[in-house]
Order: sequence, then structure tokens, then C-alpha cells
Amino acid sequence: MATQKTVSTTGNIVVADAMRQCRPDVMAAYPITPQTTIVEEFAAYVAQGRVHTEYITVESEHSAMSACIGASAAGARVMTATSSQGLALMWEELHIASGMRLPIIMANANRALSAPINIHCDHSDAMGARDAGWVMLFAETAQEAYDNTIMATRIGENPDVLLPVMSCLDGFITTHSIDRIDVLDDDTVAGFVGEYVPQNALLDIDQPVTHGAFSGLGGPFFEFKRAQRDAIERSREVIKSVAAEYSELSGRPFGAIETWGMEDAEVAIVVIGSTAGNTRHVARQLRAQGVKAGVVKVRVFRPFPYAELAATLSGVKAVAVMDRAESFGAEGGPLFLEVRSALYDAETRVPIVGYIYGLGGSDVRLDLIERVYADLSDIAAGTAQPGGLVYLGAR
Amino acid sequence: MAKWDISRIDEWKGDEFPLGACIPESGNSREYVTGGWRSQRPVRDSEKCTQCLICWIMCPDSAIVVVDEKVTDFKLDHCKGCGVCANECPADAITMVPEGCELPEVK
Repeated sequence: MATQKTVSTTGNIVVADAMRQCRPDVMAAYPITPQTTIVEEFAAYVAQGRVHTEYITVESEHSAMSACIGASAAGARVMTATSSQGLALMWEELHIASGMRLPIIMANANRALSAPINIHCDHSDAMGARDAGWVMLFAETAQEAYDNTIMATRIGENPDVLLPVMSCLDGFITTHSIDRIDVLDDDTVAGFVGEYVPQNALLDIDQPVTHGAFSGLGGPFFEFKRAQRDAIERSREVIKSVAAEYSELSGRPFGAIETWGMEDAEVAIVVIGSTAGNTRHVARQLRAQGVKAGVVKVRVFRPFPYAELAATLSGVKAVAVMDRAESFGAEGGPLFLEVRSALYDAETRVPIVGYIYGLGGSDVRLDLIERVYADLSDIAAGTAQPGGLVYLGAR
Repeated sequence: MAKWDISRIDEWKGDEFPLGACIPESGNSREYVTGGWRSQRPVRDSEKCTQCLICWIMCPDSAIVVVDEKVTDFKLDHCKGCGVCANECPADAITMVPEGCELPEVK
């Protein structure tokens, strides 16, 4: 294991630090709450000469992602960060980045989308971009946000993948809370991520190329999309191997999902992000009372770990999926839809309930999570049936 | 660098498609024949033409043929019939006429 230094700081500061350690050639970013301190801190590193990155200040997130695409096509290692409305403004470029197979690394501080205007945490922003062709990682803690940023660089730039990666952390809860984080030294991270060797770089004048050409009049557009699907499927194995290598350095394991108590769980909650901590806390208390409670945290949302989820959930008696995002008009939130689909091929039919919680930073109190487990226990005992979607804690 | 061979493009499978739809070559747009998009073509009256070359400057498709600093013809493989040349010509030497059925071969 590499030597590490324990620091006490916020999620945003360690994400900026991880980016500095990955030594991007270019960063193009626009500040937006609650992402601002990432790009602010990174700008300070540039000003101090602690990283030799071309920092492009832009007038909007639309321009930020456009500049990232241009720089990445030129052959640079490129990073950025955004949140909420900023991610929404990048929407068309997100698809261009993945379609052009540019391994841009972006931190996203999860925040609600307007209206009404809200600056607090939910996953609406990232979930709205879930079909944009990006690999998507979600952190529970500042530590995971740090680790994910470093791993994202290796995953995206892997020649078998070459896709952009979005590394998400919960707005304010993770971005702004002071946490205890173990950080690797600069040389270790530099060695781990290595040098980026671009393919088809525009700046390679010995091998001129054309990027962004038209493929619309009977051209093989359909086949290019199929190639993108193949690439994100290949990323499953790359994510595993990068995580295995990283855990040797850091001593911290990383799976596409992380389970707690699932060996013998009868009732389980599937959740993404910071709420996993509170969910484990409640599950631990319930275990002391004899409830066989389990927790499944999803760390990789794209590609979605359906096989892992089906394997861990197929033996339980009732499952709750907690979504911090809406998919208005669908049967449940985005995670619910994925998990239920993952369970379709399971041998036994597991009752599954969808809960929407914490939109716009509304509080996720422990008693609300206790209520979810109580609902599941009733369903597991056969005294209740899964009802429709629940807005957890809404008045 | 060897010329990019796309003769088998209809038979390509999986990894044969270039990464991210990147064309491993530059400056090849002249090979993309767009003349078939045209519904009207420019016709030049050489007696009215003063050889000011404004049409050559303004043509968005570089479809004005100039030899020894004189306009001689239009490149109908690339002229999309936009009519900018006719509109800009200060001598009214260019008129747009409806395109008949004699279209250039389009691949």
C-alpha cells in the first residue's frame, strides 16, 4: 500500500486535489453552486503553479463542455466540473463528448433542477443525463469522491473504453461538509493514472484527422452508436480491474455495488450516494432488534450493474429502492426502474417498492428510513402488499 | 499516410468503424459530391462578366472555377445552387435557371 496522508476537509476540495494530482492538460469550467469550490480551488492551484493546466474561463457551461470537447479532440487530458442547471446547459455537448469518444472527466455536484429554484442536493441533474453515454460514478463520501475522480481518469482513458466519465458527489452534504479523508501522494497518483495517449489527436500534424463529420445521409450512424454501446459494456471489466489496482494502492475496495448485511438479509434498501450512510446506521440498529436488514449502495450507475444487483437481491423477501430523483410519469424513479428491470430475470419474484426521497435537499431523517424498513418487514411477513410509489416524508 | 480506403464501407463490422466517427484523413470534403442537392444552377453571360471575381470570393462552396485570374466555369459537382453568386454579381452576369434532369452522378 502507498503512504497516505489523512486530511480534514470538504468533498469539493479533495476532488480539486485529485484533479490536480491527475494533471489535466486543460480544464474549462464555469462556477455553479455547489460545485464552485472545486473550480475555485483548481484555479488557485493553477495560479500557484502547482499544476500546469491550461485553465479556460468560459461564459457558460455550454461553452465549458464545448471547450472540453475541442481540447480533448486535440489530444489533451481534460477535466471539468458542474452541477444542476450547469449540467442541464451542457446537455447537447454531453452526447457529443461520448459520441466522439472523448474521455473527459467531469465532477458533478448533485443538485436539484429548477423550478422552483433550489440549490440543495438531489440526483435530478445527473439522472437527467443518464442516457448521454457517459460512465457514471456516484460517491457516498468525500473519500469516495476523491477515489472516484482518480479511478475515473483511468477508466475513461482506457483504450477499450474511451468514454467520458461523470463522477458525482452529493451537493452540500458531501461537497461542503468537512470529512476525514486519506489522500495519496502526488507521485503515486501520477504513476497510477499515467500519461494520456490520445488516439486521433487533432494536434498530431503527422497524422491529420477530421473530427465531428456528418453521418446522416445513409451513413453508418447506427453502427457508431452500436460501437458506443460496445465500449460502455467493455467498461464493466475495466472498472473492475482499475478498482482492483487502486485498492492495492489505497487499501479501499470499490465495487459497482457495495453491500452491507446482504449475506442473510430479508429486507433490503437500494440507495445511491450520501444517504447510504444513514441507511446502514438504521440497518445496524434494526439488526440489534432482530430485523435482518441489508443495504445495497450503487456506486456505478452507468454501465448499470444489473447482474450484481440481481445476484445480491434475489434471496431477499422485500426490496425498497430509494430514488433522489423523479422520472415523472414513470412507475418510479430512475434507480427503481433499473433495479426492477435487473430483477426481472431472477428465479424468484421479489416484491419491490419505490420511494422518492430528499428532493431539493429535503431532510432524510433516520425515522423515515426506519419507516421504509417497517414497510418492507410488513411486506416480507405477508401482512401488506407493495403499494405504488411513495413520496417519503412528504406532507 | 495511405489514403483512407472506404470502398468496403457497406461491409464494415464492429471495430472497422473508426473511433468516434473520426475520419483518419483531412481535407477530403472535395470528395463529397453535393451538387445533387441543387434545384437551380448558375449560368454566366461571359459578355456581361467584368471578371471582378466577386462570385469567386463569395461562393460558399468554392465552386467558381478560375483559370489565370479569369472565371471560366462552375464546379457543378459541389455547387448547391444557393444563388449567392447571382445575387452578388454587380454586372448581373449570372442568372439562376431551374435544374433539369441532367444531374451530376451522386454516390
